[in-house]
Amino acid sequence: MKKLLLAIFLITCSFNGFSQDIFGGKVTGNFQMDVQASKEDSIIGAEKVSEKLLMNAFTNILYTNGDFSAGMRFEAYLNPILGFDPQYKGAGLAYRFASYKKDYLEITAGNFYEQFGNGLIFRSYEERNLGLDNAMDGLKIIARPVKGVALKGVIGKQRYYWEKIWESDNFGLVRGIDAEVSINSLFKKFEASPLQIIAGGSFVSVFDKAEDRFIIEPSTGDNYKLTMPENIGSGAARLQMSYKAFNLNAEYARKGQDPNAVNGYIFHKGEAAYLSLGYAAKGLGINVSAKRIDNMSYKSRRGETGNMLNVNYLPALTRQHSYSLFAMYPYATQVNGEMGIQADIIYKLKKNTFLGGKYGTDLKLNYSIANSIDKKYVQLNPAGNYEGTEGYSSSFFKAGDEIYFEELNLELGKKLSSDFKLNLMYSYQTFNPIAIGHQGEKFIYANVFAADLTQKLKKRSSLRYEVQLLLTEQNYGEFAAGDWIQGTVEYNLGGKFFVAATDQWNYGKLNGEKVHYYNFAVGYTKGTTRIQLSYGKQREGIICIGGVCRMVPASNGLFATITSSF
Amino acid sequence: MKKFILIFVAIFLCGITINAQTNNKKSTLPTVTINTLEGKAIKASEFSNDGKPFVICFWATWCKPCLMELNAMAEQYDDWQKETGIKIYAVSIDDARTCPKVKPLVSGSDWGYEVVLDQNSELKRALGVNNPPHTFIVNEKGEIVWQHVGYAPGDEETLIEVYKKIVKGEEVK
Repeated sequence: MKKLLLAIFLITCSFNGFSQDIFGGKVTGNFQMDVQASKEDSIIGAEKVSEKLLMNAFTNILYTNGDFSAGMRFEAYLNPILGFDPQYKGAGLAYRFASYKKDYLEITAGNFYEQFGNGLIFRSYEERNLGLDNAMDGLKIIARPVKGVALKGVIGKQRYYWEKIWESDNFGLVRGIDAEVSINSLFKKFEASPLQIIAGGSFVSVFDKAEDRFIIEPSTGDNYKLTMPENIGSGAARLQMSYKAFNLNAEYARKGQDPNAVNGYIFHKGEAAYLSLGYAAKGLGINVSAKRIDNMSYKSRRGETGNMLNVNYLPALTRQHSYSLFAMYPYATQVNGEMGIQADIIYKLKKNTFLGGKYGTDLKLNYSIANSIDKKYVQLNPAGNYEGTEGYSSSFFKAGDEIYFEELNLELGKKLSSDFKLNLMYSYQTFNPIAIGHQGEKFIYANVFAADLTQKLKKRSSLRYEVQLLLTEQNYGEFAAGDWIQGTVEYNLGGKFFVAATDQWNYGKLNGEKVHYYNFAVGYTKGTTRIQLSYGKQREGIICIGGVCRMVPASNGLFATITSSF
Repeated sequence: MKKFILIFVAIFLCGITINAQTNNKKSTLPTVTINTLEGKAIKASEFSNDGKPFVICFWATWCKPCLMELNAMAEQYDDWQKETGIKIYAVSIDDARTCPKVKPLVSGSDWGYEVVLDQNSELKRALGVNNPPHTFIVNEKGEIVWQHVGYAPGDEETLIEVYKKIVKGEEVK
């Protein structure tokens, strides 16, 4: 209760306007509160909420005075809104740090976020709307001894909900170093060279105290002892180059023996490779990326399987959609092994041409595919599984025989007149439910369409009409089946108020009720404060209404969000 | 210990509230290091527009309202620049997943902004940004004098009006 009072106090204090002055320094920060009241709805799978009202809130307070800064984040989950891990329940200071920054030196003590290269072996970050936070608690030092050289060192443990990580050996210690050199900044004579080169390398080691594991032969009862490695090291090298319109970004990483709960305690070494090639000219942009991931789950606790305690970051190479029906089948990276390619072409048809029309036309083409890697399982252990063995061998360039996800999408954006803007999009998706852990389900093939028209009205008001259509013959989980259609009308008044109505209709469902996921929303924005209230049924996904995008969980009821920066 | 922290926070915050009544110095851009599109390091505190005010827009390739805002401003950017000398920094918060799409999108869209990458949200956190789009105007002294969140068609007109006021040295709210 005390904590709740404090939260309210912090909130009221926060609304006093931008940046406050104290002892010659500045105080800034931000604040967000989500309140949810959801009722049971078995038809859409919304569960009963015994608390009636759920709330997530946080506020960041940051104090800056010259080279010194210190900050903290107070979080309250009373109780966590739907979709958040119940272990978040509670309130307190989840993040606090003090930092000193000079041109050549940065020292941060306490909590921090950091990323080495593309994050293949180390990334500490937060994704608030996903309930993901693997903030480090420890020490971070960044040195820039000469122009063009950056050296980083990190040591600490990672956040695990509200657990007291320092009082337990159950949480591993993460240590890492990284070096990056920009050749053109370092050597004066190359500064203006059209060829720009940045090279880097990093090394990370996790110390996770281990106990021996035993494999028992079922018929004889014989024990086989497995000695777990306590220090799990990884290394990565990267190169970033650009020459005129061309650019390249490559990184290769390896990880030592790391038997863990995600890979089934095999001793196979980890490997990740990432390559991205781009061409960028005025009005035309092309990017092709490829990656291969082999046994790269890297956590600071070997028994952990969820989203927490990730030491590295392995992004999915697929398009992140903001139209909700396009994001019906979200793809998640297969950390135990996948290879994929993604290509993007972005082209602007010029103004005042036959195809471009009076205002020009934007075209976007995107293709992505994610596939399993080749795995030849080598030997079984006496218990008949792969625990404690090498697991498998894999040939680097050979793809496995399973497709996880494939998509081709096309988007066209066009200003029709001074008042009308049209956006059209089409996507063909192939989705393997095994990618989200659903074994033995049929592949989903879907054609998805969207048309989105914005009309400017007088006095900075506008209307937006949106229609989306998803055609598929397959079912997705228990509650979504067959075809969907969605319509949205949104009215913005003077950039301050908005009202929106949406209906997402699962009209293709053959058995059971064809559910209407209706939703009404109103919002108000003033400066950096936004209040939004919505009522209706919500399917899980990304939603963008009234100008801001965020991820939302499934529910039926009322949802209110307040955000503010100060 | 916990109680101590709570009391400390309470006193600290009330102090601020009272203090704010008497002193209204504005906050400046933090010394956070982010990257240019070429991967070179750049400090946010070094953002500048030859002594004139400038604009910072937080955006991401997956954020539709952000793209609407950036496209809407791009249509008039040439005219605005000629008329007022405005400069826009477009700070992408795309992470390693969507970051490769930033460069093709920027060149394909032909915006003309100064695009920088905040891949691990360092600057986003330091400036207290909740969700994109979030727009700032920084005056000639490097002080943040105006902020706005979200985008609705027409907001770009408000932005340029406010910018013009700041150029003239008028107070804005």
